[in-house]
Amino acid sequence: MTETALRTAPFDKTRVLAWLQSYGVYAGVAMLLIVNTVITPHFLTAENFRTQAVQVAPVVIVALGMALVIGTEGVDLSVGAVMALAASVTALYLGYGLLPALLVVAVFAAGAGLANGALVAFVGVQPIVATLALMVGGRGIALVLLPQLQDLHNPALASLGSGAVAGIPYLILIAAALALLIAFVVRRTTFGRQLLAIGDSRPAAQLAGLPVRRVLVVVYVVCALLAAVAGVLATARLQASDPTSLGNLMELSAITAVVVGGTPLTGGRISIGGTVAGAVLIQLLTATLIKHDLPPSWTQIAQAIVIVCAVYAARGRGKR
Amino acid sequence: MAPPAEVLAVRGLSKTFPGVRALDGVDLTLHPGEVHALIGENGAGKSTLIKVLTGVHRPDAGDITFQGRPVAFSTPMEAQKAGISTIYQEVNLIPLLSVARNLFLGREPRTRLGLLDFGRMHREADEALRAHGVRVDVRQPLRTLGVGAQQMVALARAVATDARVVIMDEPTSSLEPREVETLFSVIRRLRESGIAVVYVSHRLDELYAVCETVTVLRDGRRVHHGRLADLDRLGLVSTMLGRDMGEVRSEGLTKFTGDHHAAAGEPVLQATGLTVPHRLHGVSVGIRPGEVVGLGGLLGSGRTETAKAISGALPLRSGDVVVAGAPLRGGSTPAAIRAGISLLPEDRKSEGIVPGLSVRENIALAALPRLSRFGLVSEARVDAVVDTFVRRLRIKASSPHQKVGELSGGNQQKVLLARWLAMNPKVLLLDEPTRGIDVGAKAEVQKLVDELAADGLGVLLISSDLEELIEGSDRVVVLKDGAVVGELTGDDVTEDKLMRTIAGDPPAPGAVEVAATDD
Ligand SMILES: Nc1ncnc2c1ncn2[C@@H]1O[C@H](COP(=O)(O)OP(=O)(O)OP(=O)(O)O)[C@@H](O)[C@H]1O
Ligand SMILES: [Mg+2]
Repeated sequence: MTETALRTAPFDKTRVLAWLQSYGVYAGVAMLLIVNTVITPHFLTAENFRTQAVQVAPVVIVALGMALVIGTEGVDLSVGAVMALAASVTALYLGYGLLPALLVVAVFAAGAGLANGALVAFVGVQPIVATLALMVGGRGIALVLLPQLQDLHNPALASLGSGAVAGIPYLILIAAALALLIAFVVRRTTFGRQLLAIGDSRPAAQLAGLPVRRVLVVVYVVCALLAAVAGVLATARLQASDPTSLGNLMELSAITAVVVGGTPLTGGRISIGGTVAGAVLIQLLTATLIKHDLPPSWTQIAQAIVIVCAVYAARGRGKR
Repeated sequence: MAPPAEVLAVRGLSKTFPGVRALDGVDLTLHPGEVHALIGENGAGKSTLIKVLTGVHRPDAGDITFQGRPVAFSTPMEAQKAGISTIYQEVNLIPLLSVARNLFLGREPRTRLGLLDFGRMHREADEALRAHGVRVDVRQPLRTLGVGAQQMVALARAVATDARVVIMDEPTSSLEPREVETLFSVIRRLRESGIAVVYVSHRLDELYAVCETVTVLRDGRRVHHGRLADLDRLGLVSTMLGRDMGEVRSEGLTKFTGDHHAAAGEPVLQATGLTVPHRLHGVSVGIRPGEVVGLGGLLGSGRTETAKAISGALPLRSGDVVVAGAPLRGGSTPAAIRAGISLLPEDRKSEGIVPGLSVRENIALAALPRLSRFGLVSEARVDAVVDTFVRRLRIKASSPHQKVGELSGGNQQKVLLARWLAMNPKVLLLDEPTRGIDVGAKAEVQKLVDELAADGLGVLLISSDLEELIEGSDRVVVLKDGAVVGELTGDDVTEDKLMRTIAGDPPAPGAVEVAATDD
C-alpha cells in the first residue's frame, strides 16, 4: 500500500506527452533548423535546401503510403522491394517510351498491392507476415527481370529526374502534390473516414457495414503505387536502374517517418503533416551529423534515440 | 445506528478531464457491512469516482482514507492488493486468456517449481463459477462467453479476492433475472461478513432491493446522501435529474406507452429457418411494419445470435431473410444495411463504438455514403445529422469532437443509437438498447422506439430487463437453446407467461402457440 499523500494539481504528464506526440516532430525540425543555422556553414542556402528536399522526396512519398497502411493497424514491409521492381520494369520497358513504361510499372505495383491486400483482407494473414513474403520475393523478381545495374538513356526520364519549374525540382513538386492529395483523402473523403474507423476498431467497422475488405485492399494497392512512384523517381534521378540496392531498408525509413510524425502503430489516427515532418527530421538529423563529420554509426544512434522518444510519447498517451 | 469505524472515507475528491469537470469535491464514507448505492445520470461522474478511488485515474485534489490510513493507489492492482476489489463498468478482463486465467489473474496458484498450477486453477475456477450458478468450460478463452457470462466471471473474480470493499459499476447491465438473484445473494453474503459494497445501477428496483444508503451525483457533485429508505423512487429520480417532484411526476417515470401498435400488412422482415451451427436451429421470426417484436429467453438462448444472423454478421448454414419482399444475400452486413436493416450490437465496447474517433464521426459512420457526394464527405450534412441526434438523445459530450472512448458508458450507448437512427432503417434490431442508460434517457429511448414503430418501422427488441421487454413488445418470440419454443401475443404478453414459456412449463390452454421449430 502506498502512503504518499495525494498531490494537488499535479503536473500533467499525459497532456505533455500528447502534445509531444502530435507536435514534437515539428518542434524537432524547427530546433534542427535553428541549430544548423548557427553551427553549419552555408546551411541557409537555396542550394542546400534543394539538395535536402530532393533527397528526402522519395522517403516522403513511400511514407505517405505507409501512413495509410499503419492507419489501418497494418504495416507494409514490401515497399523497398516494390521500388526495386519499379526500377527493373522501367528499365525493361523504357524502349517503348516513358509513358508506356510507367503504365507497366503501375500494373506491376498494383499487382503487388493486390497480393498484399488480398492476403491481409481476405485470407486474414497478419500484415507483417503477408508483406514479408513480397519483401523477399519482390526484390527476387526485380533481380530476375534485371540482374544488374543498367544505365538508362532517355531524355524524358532524365528530365523527370533533374528538371525543375521555377527552380523547384519536379521531384519536390511531385512529393508535395502527393502529400496534399493524401492528406485530403484522409480528411475529407468517405474512404479516409472509413479507413480510420477500420484501423481503430475493425469489429465495430464491420458491424457498421463498412466495406472493410475493399478499403484494406485499396490501401495496400495505394501504398504499393506510391512506392513505385518513389522507385521511378529515384531511378530517374540516378539515370540508372539499380534493383540490387534501390529501396534497401526503405521500409524502415518510412515506418520511422510515420511513427516519429505522431501516427500511432495501433491504427485509427493518421498525421500526414507529421509524416512529412518526420521524414524531414530524420533527413536533417542525418545531414547535420554527416556535415560535421561524425561517423555513420552516430547517425544510427541518433535515429534510434528519436524513435525511442516517439514511441515513448505514443505509449504514455490516452491513460490517466 | 452507531456506525462502526468507517472503512473508506473520501473527502473533496476532484477530477477534471479536458473540457469536463467530472468530479467536483465529492465526499463518500463507507462502513463495514454497508451496501451503498451510487447513482446519477449518464456522465454524472460515478465511474470516474470509482476509477479515481482505485488508481485508474489520478485525482486533481482530495484525499482518500482506507482503513484509517491515507492512501493513493497508482494502479488498480495496488488497490486490489490493499483490499478494494472492483468490477468496472466495461468488463476489463482479458478476452484471449482462458476463463480460469482471468479469474486468477495476478494471483495464480503455483506449483512448487513456481510454474502455473493449471490443474488447481481449473478446478478452483470451476468451483467458484458453479457457486455463482455459471457453468462454462473454464479452459475456453473468455471471449467465447457472452457479455452476461463475462460479467459473472468478473463478479466471481472480485469477490474471490480478500477484499474489505467491493465496488460494482453497473454489474447487472447484461444479466438475466436469475443471475441478478445470484448477485444479490453474493452481496448479502458480503454484507454479513462485514464487507462494504458500492453498487452502481440505473435499475432502481435493484437499488431498493439491496442497498441501505445512497449517494446521488449530479454533474460531478454530490447532491444527496443518506439512507435510501428515506427517499422514494420519485424523490430519487428528481434528485438525480435536479428537477422538482411535480415535474417528474407529471412526466411520469414513463417508459413504453404499453399501447399496441397497429401492425398491419406484409412483414417488413421475414426470417425463416435461420441455422448457424451449434447456435441456432431453424429460428423463424417475422416483423410487420409498425410492430415491436420482443425476443425472450435466457442468456445463451440465441437471441443475440438471431439478431446477428439477420443482420448478416453471422454466416448462415441455411435459412433466409426477406426484407420488404426482397430476399437478402446472407452473411453480408453491408448488404443487410443497404436493404434497411440496422443492428445495435450488444457488446458496445468491442463491436459498437470506434473509441478513437469523435462523437461526430461515430454517429456519421454508417451513414457516410449517404452523407457524401462523389466520395467526399459533406461536412454540412454530417453536422446537421449529428446536431439533430445529439439534441434528440441528449448526448452529453464536451463537444461533438470529443473522442467517444472518453464518454460515459450510457452516452456511448446513445451515440450508437444515433448512428443507426441516422440510417433511416426499415428494420431496427435492438440488442439491449437501454443497457447502462439512465432513467431519463431510458424513457427517452423507449419513447423513441414507440415513435419509430408508429412511423412504420419494424423493431426487434432484445432486453434482459423483463419489464422493458414486456411493456415494449407487441409480441414476444421465446427462444431456448437456439430454437423458438413459443410465442406470446396480445394479452399473453406478461412476465409470468414469459417465465413459464422459458421454463418449459406446460402452457395454460391456448396461451402459447408453439411455432414450428428445429432443423
Ligand atoms: N478519460 C476521459 N477523458 C475525458 N473525459 C472523460 C473521461 N472519462 C470520463 N470523462 C467524462 O467525465 C464525465 C463523467 O463520466 P463517468 O464515466 O464518470 O459517468 P458515469 O456517471 O459513470 O455515467 P454512466 O452512467 O453513463 O456510466 C463525462 O462527462 C465523461 O465524458
Ligand atoms: Mg459509468
